[in-house]
Amino acid sequence: MRFKYLDHTADVKFQAYGKDLTEAFENAVLATTNVITDVDKVKKEIIKEIAISSKTKESLLFDFLNELIFLLDTEHFIASEAKIKIKNNELKAVLKGDNCNNYKMTGDIKAVTYNFMEIKEDEEVMVQVVLDL
Amino acid sequence: MEHIIKKEGDMKVEGKIFLNEKLLKKVEDDAIQQVKNMASLPGIVGNAIAMSDMHVGYGFPIGGVAAFDEKTGCITPGGVGFDINCGVRLLTSNLFYEDIKLKIKNLVSDIFNKIPCGVGRNSDINLTDEQLDQVLSEGVSWAVRNGYGNEDDILHCESNGQIKNAKPSNVSPKAKARGRKQLGTLGAGNHFIEIQIVDEIVDEKAAKMFGLKKDQIVVMIHSGSRGLGHQVCSDYLRKIEDEFPEIISKLPEKDLAYAPLGTKIAEDYFTAMSAAANFAWCNRHIMAHRLREVFKKLFPESEMKTLYDVAHNIAKLEEHEVDGEKRNLYVHRKGATRAFPKNHPEIPEDYKEVGQPVLIPGSMGTASYVLVGTNEAMKKCFGSSAHGAGRVMSRTAAKKQFKAEEVTKELEKQNIFVKSASWKGVSEEAPGVYKDIDEVIKAVVEAKLANVVAKLKPFGVVKG
Repeated sequence: MRFKYLDHTADVKFQAYGKDLTEAFENAVLATTNVITDVDKVKKEIIKEIAISSKTKESLLFDFLNELIFLLDTEHFIASEAKIKIKNNELKAVLKGDNCNNYKMTGDIKAVTYNFMEIKEDEEVMVQVVLDL
Repeated sequence: MEHIIKKEGDMKVEGKIFLNEKLLKKVEDDAIQQVKNMASLPGIVGNAIAMSDMHVGYGFPIGGVAAFDEKTGCITPGGVGFDINCGVRLLTSNLFYEDIKLKIKNLVSDIFNKIPCGVGRNSDINLTDEQLDQVLSEGVSWAVRNGYGNEDDILHCESNGQIKNAKPSNVSPKAKARGRKQLGTLGAGNHFIEIQIVDEIVDEKAAKMFGLKKDQIVVMIHSGSRGLGHQVCSDYLRKIEDEFPEIISKLPEKDLAYAPLGTKIAEDYFTAMSAAANFAWCNRHIMAHRLREVFKKLFPESEMKTLYDVAHNIAKLEEHEVDGEKRNLYVHRKGATRAFPKNHPEIPEDYKEVGQPVLIPGSMGTASYVLVGTNEAMKKCFGSSAHGAGRVMSRTAAKKQFKAEEVTKELEKQNIFVKSASWKGVSEEAPGVYKDIDEVIKAVVEAKLANVVAKLKPFGVVKG
C-alpha cells in the first residue's frame, strides 16, 4: 500500500508508507495530489524540480508538502510522480505531473499542519500528515 | 450557558466554554484539551474561551478566543488559523423573493460563471507587485479607490476593511505569489456565496437600522485570504519553530507555536497577518462588486448595500476593561466573530444605537443568522460570539454517508439550487455533517453574547 486516509473531523489525515524515508515522502506526494484529483489519472506531462533544507525531518516534510500546495496555487501543477533524494535533512525532488485544470477536481488544500504529524522509521517507514482543507 | 474548565497542570487561567448540554455531548475530548492548552500560554488574560460551535482545530480549537497582555503575553498563528480573516460579508438588496423567483437558476449560474471558484481558477485582476502591496496595506480602500464599490462599503466593514499597522514587507514573496492571481476568488472547501431570503425578523428596531425587511433578498459571501493568508500562517509557524526551539519543545502540540510579544518575530507576524487580513477584506469586497454586476444585469433596478463584513479568524490589538482597568490586549478569535455592543467606538455610526452586526452562517442549505453584539459579550469574552455551525462529521465519513447528487436533489426539493465546482464539495459540506445551527445560536443567545435580529434562509448556493 502506498498511502491511506484516516478519519479526521475537519480535514484530511493520511499515512504514506515506504521501505525508507525517501519512498514514504514520495508516496506522501501521491496522497496529497489524490486529495485534489484521482492521482492515478494524472499524466506526467510537466517536470518540476524542488530543493529544500530544513532543521528536522518533520519540518522537512512540512516544507516539502507546502511546496506542492505552492505549485498548485501559483502554477496549477499537480504531481503524480516524485523521485526524491534526502540527505541530512536536505531534500531534492523531481516531480512529474500536469495542470490540474485537465482533470476533474475533487478538493483543495489550504495548508500542511503539524497536527498528528508522525514519522515512524522501523523496518518500514510511515509518515502521517493532516492537511487543512 | 457556561461551563468552567477548572485549572489543572500548567493552566494559568480557567477555561470557559459557552455550550448547552446538547452541544457539549458532541464536543471532542481533544477540543477540550485544546482549551486547556490555550489556558497555559503566557500572559493570557481572563479565561481561555470557546464558543458554542467549537470543534478540534490546530493549536487553538475552532471557536477559540484568547486575549493576551501586550507586554507579558504572546501571539500565535495557531490562534488565528491558516485562513487569516476568513469571514462573512452580507449584502442587502432592494429586491424581494417575488421579483427574482423565476430567475433563480440564471442568477446562480451567472454568479458561478462570474466569480472564480474552486481549485485552479485565476482572478481576472492581475496585480503588479506595487498594486499587491497596496492591497495588503489598504484593504477595501484600495478597491474603492480603483473603482470597485463605494465609500459606504468601507464604513460597513469591521475595522473599515483595513488594519492600519499592516506591513506588506513582512509578507513573503511566496505568499504574494500565491495571492497575486486570487483577488476576488471564492476558493473551495466550506467557502460559499448564498442567495438568501429574510425569513423572519426577530428584533424590529435593529433590523430597521440594518436595512432588513421580511422576504427581502440578501447575499452572503463566506471566504478569506486565500493562498496568501495560508502561506503567511505556514511561514510564521515555521519561523517561530526555528527561532524558539525551547518554546516548541515544551508545547503539547507544535501548531500552538507562539512568539512572545515584544520580540521582532511577534511584531513581524502581527503586521504580516494584518496585511493578509486586508487582502481578505479586499477579496470579499471584489466578489461583492462582481455580485452587484450580476444582479444589475438580470435586474437593472437592483441596488445592493453592504450590511456588514466580519472577520472570524484574526488577532487584533483591542482595548478591554479587565477588573475595572482598561488594558490593551491582543485578542485572538479563531472561528469566533467579534460582537461589540451599542455605542462602541469601533462600530459604524448608523448602527451605534443597536450594536455591531454579527453574521453567523449555517451549513449549506440551512438557516443563517444576523445577530447584534451585547455588553455581556464584552464582559464575558472580549466582545466575541460564535461563527458558524461547526463540523461534527469527517469529510471521509460525509462522502460515505451523503451522495452529492442526492444532497443536491434533496436541497432542490426544498427549493434550494446548488452549483458547485466539485461534486465532492457538495457531499463533504452536506448539512448533516455540521452541528445544528439553531442549537449553536440558542447557546449564543442563552449566554447573552448576541441577540438575534433576523433569520435568513438560502435558496441559491454557489460553492467552490
